[in-house]
Formats: sequence, C-alpha cells, structure tokens
Amino acid sequence: MTLSLRLRAAIVSLALLAAFLGAWHLATRSSGPTAAMSPEYAKLMGLTATQGKSAMPGPIDVGAKLWEHLKRPFYDNGPNDKGLGIQLAYSIGRVGLGYLIAVIVAIPLGFMIGMSPLISKALDPFIQVLKPISPLAWMPLALYTIKDSSISAIFVIFICSVWPMLLNTAFGVASVRKEWINVARTLEVGTVRRAFTVILPAAAPTILTGMRISIGIAWLVIVAAEMLVGGTGIGYFVWNEWNNLSITNVIIAILLIGLVGMLLDQVLARFTRMVTFPE
Amino acid sequence: MSTFDDPFDADRALTRSGCACGQHGSTAEHDQAARALRCEPVAGVSEEKRYEGIVASAVMRAVFPQDVARRAFLKSVGAATALAALSEFFPLKMATEAFADAGPPEKKDLKVGFIPITCATPIIMAAPLGFYAKQGLNVEVVKTAGWAVIRDKTINKEYAAAHMLAPMPIAISLGLGANAIPFTVPAIENINGQGITLAMKHKDKRDPKDWKGMKFAIPFDYSMHNYLLRYYLAEHGLDPDTDVQLRSVPPPEMVANLRADNIDGFLAPDNICQRAIYDGVGFLHILSKEIWDGHPCCSFAASREFITTAPNSFAALTRAIVDATGYAAKAENRKQIAEAIAPANYINAPVTVLEQVLTGTYADGLGGVKTDPKRVDFDPFPWQSFAVWMLTQMKRWGQIKGDVDYKAVAEQVYLATDTTRVMAEMGLKPPATSYKSFSVMGKTFDPAKPDDYLASFKIRKSS
Repeated sequence: MTLSLRLRAAIVSLALLAAFLGAWHLATRSSGPTAAMSPEYAKLMGLTATQGKSAMPGPIDVGAKLWEHLKRPFYDNGPNDKGLGIQLAYSIGRVGLGYLIAVIVAIPLGFMIGMSPLISKALDPFIQVLKPISPLAWMPLALYTIKDSSISAIFVIFICSVWPMLLNTAFGVASVRKEWINVARTLEVGTVRRAFTVILPAAAPTILTGMRISIGIAWLVIVAAEMLVGGTGIGYFVWNEWNNLSITNVIIAILLIGLVGMLLDQVLARFTRMVTFPE
Repeated sequence: MSTFDDPFDADRALTRSGCACGQHGSTAEHDQAARALRCEPVAGVSEEKRYEGIVASAVMRAVFPQDVARRAFLKSVGAATALAALSEFFPLKMATEAFADAGPPEKKDLKVGFIPITCATPIIMAAPLGFYAKQGLNVEVVKTAGWAVIRDKTINKEYAAAHMLAPMPIAISLGLGANAIPFTVPAIENINGQGITLAMKHKDKRDPKDWKGMKFAIPFDYSMHNYLLRYYLAEHGLDPDTDVQLRSVPPPEMVANLRADNIDGFLAPDNICQRAIYDGVGFLHILSKEIWDGHPCCSFAASREFITTAPNSFAALTRAIVDATGYAAKAENRKQIAEAIAPANYINAPVTVLEQVLTGTYADGLGGVKTDPKRVDFDPFPWQSFAVWMLTQMKRWGQIKGDVDYKAVAEQVYLATDTTRVMAEMGLKPPATSYKSFSVMGKTFDPAKPDDYLASFKIRKSS
C-alpha cells in the first residue's frame, strides 16, 4: 500500500511539473515580429525588440543552456569566468568553513548556556539582538573591519549560522530530563563525564536539528555574501549573469542553489536520524 | 587637445571636436607630418618614440598652456626648431627615459578591480590585448560588484589599483563616505560615454521641464553621472533634490527597473543605455557629450601608499593604461576592442551592444540609427581643472560643507602626468599646465575662480 502511495505521489508530482513547464512555455512564447523597423536598425537591436521575444526565457531556453553548462562544468576562462562546478565548489567550501567554525563555537557555548541558568539569562539579550541580523547588513561592516573579502564572506556565514545552533544546543541541554542527571549524580559521575555520557546523547537530536537549520541558513547567506563580495562562487555567478541581464543563467543558478541546499539538508537529516533513539 | 595628438603640429585644432586637421592639402601629407611624434602604434616607430610623443605632449602643454600661443609659436618657427628649442631647456630624452624605463617593477603580480561597464575599457582590454604583459606585469583584472565594494577593496589593498568614478578618489581623499585616505588619479579612463535614457512611455516628453516628479537612477552619489544629471536638470529649472527623485542604483538593475516601470530614466554608462535600447525598454534622450563635450567619467585610481611602496610597479601600470587608452582612442581599433572585452570574463555583454557604444554607430531606441564616433572617447590626461569642477559640484549639492582648497585637493589627487613629477624631481618648476577651461551646457568654467562659478548657480542646495 505504501508503495502505491509513493507511486501516486510521484505521478502527481510529475503532472504538476509538466503543468508548470507547459504554462511557463506558453507564457513566454514570442509574439512574432514587432513594429516595422528598418533592417539596418533591426540589426542593432536584440531579439526582445525585434522578434517580440519575451524578456523571460522559456523552459526550452533554460534546458538548452543548462545542458551547455553541464557538458563542461569545470572550465576556467580567467578570473571572472569559471564553470558552474568550480563556482559551486567555491561556495560549498566557504559554507563548509564558516559553518565548521560556527559548530566549534556554538556547541560548547550552547552547552555552557544550557547547563547554567545564570549564563543563559545573561547572554540571552545579546543572542536575541544578533540573531535576526541579515547577512547583507553584516557584509559592509565585515569588509571594512576585516579588510579581506574572502574572510569577510566566511565571517558572515559564521555569524549568521551560529545562532540557531547555539539556541538549539542550549535548549537541548537545558531540557535533558532531570531524573537522568540525578541518577548520574547518585552514581557520582563527574561533570565532564556527565556532559559527554548523559547530556550529549540526550540532547543530540535537538543539537542536530539546530545544525540542520544552520546549514540551511549558511547556504542562504552564501549567495548574498558572494553577490556583494564578487570573485568566485555561485552567488557571484548569479550577480555576473544578472549584470548581463541573462535571466536564463540566473534561473539555472537558482535551480542549482536549491538542489545543493536540499542535499546539504538531507545529509544532516540523516545524521539526526542516526542519533535519535526511541525512549 | 588630446595627449595623443601631436604637440608640434600647429594645424591641430584647438578642441577635440574639430577634425584632426582641416588645413592640410591631403590626409597623407598631414599624417606623414604628424606620425613621427604621435603616440600611435605605427609600424616602424619604436616604443621609445611613442613614449617620447607622450612626454613631448605634456611638455608642450606645460610651456604653452594656451593653445593659441602654441600655434603661433609653431607657425613662426616650425616643428623641428620648436623641438630643438624645447630640448635645450628641458631634457626631453631624459624625461622620456624616466617615463619609459623606471626600473623593474617591485611587484609583478597585481590585482586591478573594475566594474563591468565600457568606461573600464582601457583597464580591461589591457589584459586580453597584452598591454600589462608588455610592461612586465602579470595583472589580474577582477570584476567587482559595486562602487562601494571597489572602494573598500582598494583601501584594503586587495587591489593595487582600480577603476573608479572620477570623483571617487577625491571623495575618498576628503573622507566623504569613507575614512580619509590619500588617493590619486594617474589617468582618466574615458571621456564622454554616458547618456540619459528614458522609458519608452516618455517618448514625447523630451523637454526636461516636463520631468517634474519623475524618478531617475544614477550609479553612485560621488559620480559624474550624479553631477551631470543634476546639472542638466538644474539648467532646465528643476531642483534635483525636490522636483525629481534621484536614486543610487547599480547599472544592471537600471535596465530591469526601467522595464518594471520603477524608474522613469537614468543617467548611466553607455553600454547600459544601449542595453536598454537593445532590449527595447528605453530610448536615448541625449548623450552626456551634449551636456559637456569631453567630460571625464571614470578614472584609474591608486592609493598614494601604493605609489610610495611600489613606484616602479605603479609607473608600469600607468604606462600600460596610458598605452591602452591611446590604442582605444583610435577609431579603427574599436571593433576589435569590443570583441575583446565582451566575454563573460570581462564585461559580459552582447558584442553588438559594446560595438554600438564603442564605434558610435548606434540605434537610438526610436527607430533611427545615429553616428557619433566620439560618443565615448579616451584621453588619459588627468586635468586638474576637472577635479576643481567636481569639487564645485560637490559643494553645490551639499556633499562638502564649508570651505575647500580646490587647487590643493585637485593637485593632490589628480596626478598630472609622470612628466610633471619628473620635472619636479629634476629641480625644474612644473608650470601651471593642468588647468584648462571648458564649457558645460554653454557655460564657461574658469578653474581659477571656482567660488564665483559656484555662486553663479541659482539652483543649489542652500545649506
């Protein structure tokens, strides 16, 4: 029965996709030659002006361009023009690094906050103020004070992805069942050992949920950061193609950003399942 | 007079807009006379000769600030005598050598930032066409996301030098919108090359008096675009601060915003204007050239610190840029340049668009094909009077408050050729050469009396 449900869901998904692509195709068809113009003039104009081609590319344009990109994902035409594979690798590298630093900072700090109500109360206002700040707001400050654009990008990833992890870790640690901690106390387990053998396993699912939210945010942030800093990465690619008003390439980039984001999320979802235990 | 014109040619016209020579019997005759000292890559003329041409231009300009006097002098004695006379009291050979051969560059691997618009043409093309390599430099030209970022990255020293809007180095040096850091302009990137583009729906509103309440985009506050648009509006009786809305918008977003009907028009670099036409969303109202023919637009800028820490690298960079600018100034090279700078690695724009901008044969968006080879032009000489004009406008629109020492700022920021420096080093007093008078919309600007000029405007910010 489950299989048939899956099958049915897949069929509905495909039908929705087909309907979407069809509507897209119809909406962006060109309307034929526009107002009469001299051939000399027409030669200087783009297809939108001469053929009435829609400013939005259709699914076929996007598909053809995507195929072109997929055929050679790793080309390198100099500092400002690299294949999509290279751009994605740069972005993933930056996200990985910023995120790793965030993990290193957030989990121990979250533990501390979760275990001490005093620190929790004291730090709370700072966290609440810093949490909602957008990457775009951090970027100029980072660029101006750090004085290095690639470190600035990593810093922005770090600062934006650290908070959900921190809060979730603190919450997970603080809500470990009191009985378990009391049992550990009765057995005279030391603080450090208690943290690793009792609290960590109990809080792990919550911590990983926080990490999962954070990786999503980190991946969101990278596009904004790279659009500002430029140089390399998928965000830079979007900016560069936006510069050329190439909506086709922007759509391709959006598609890839979505796919990579989903993959990153799935990896952490798998980890979460691994550490979750039935009570 | 352009840096690339022959300074010993008495028949050369006073202004750039005049033809190269209207008085010779034949073009061949004129060319023959002119070629020897002009800065152009003619077969058989050595590199050294070309630099000599650049230096000689600067010196002639120094000795004869007034073109009339220079012409009279040349007419009476002839070019050869003039050259000899000049060499006597100014060692042209030495200056040329100093300019052409400043020693090996301290740093060979340099990064130069640019914004992807045709104004950056010399900076960009110097990479694919090998002008940097010729100076022994390995330069990476890096596309940058915006003017504020290019400013920060140059201040950060990620870039050795960068493409900036002509007023930006002045603003940075004065600490407007940034910490005050001494910046310099060794060369102007391009002159002219902007335009006012309006949305198609304003086809019939060609009189600026009807523009009340419209929304216009400019690329940056400290830009010639801002000052020219404000000037143009004010000349037509509109107060740019109250009668219209001016918004800072990055160039590519201008076209999209125009299409989306968010703005009514913009004053932007030509390839953006032409792109709006190419996509059928706007038409060219006027070229910026019609506001001020020969106005500077973008500059090649470096921090003073870079010059002191790596003077030879700086000199080599400047030579590469001046060289590239000279190449770009020639109409016959423009097609090749358009192709060289169009790929995604550089400007990332359709070749047709860049070709229309650079060759000056373009669709105007209203169905006509127009030709103006000087639509965008290239002349690297950083006239200090340009800087003075920009300062008057900064004051006019309230960007600078209080008194300003126009001359001091202009001379600190706009380096009027290596020659001037070389002259000073040799103990010669460089004459006041780098000020020229020009007119903006028919109104003459006298760089010696900036305050009077400023006071003559009726529309300005009161504070």
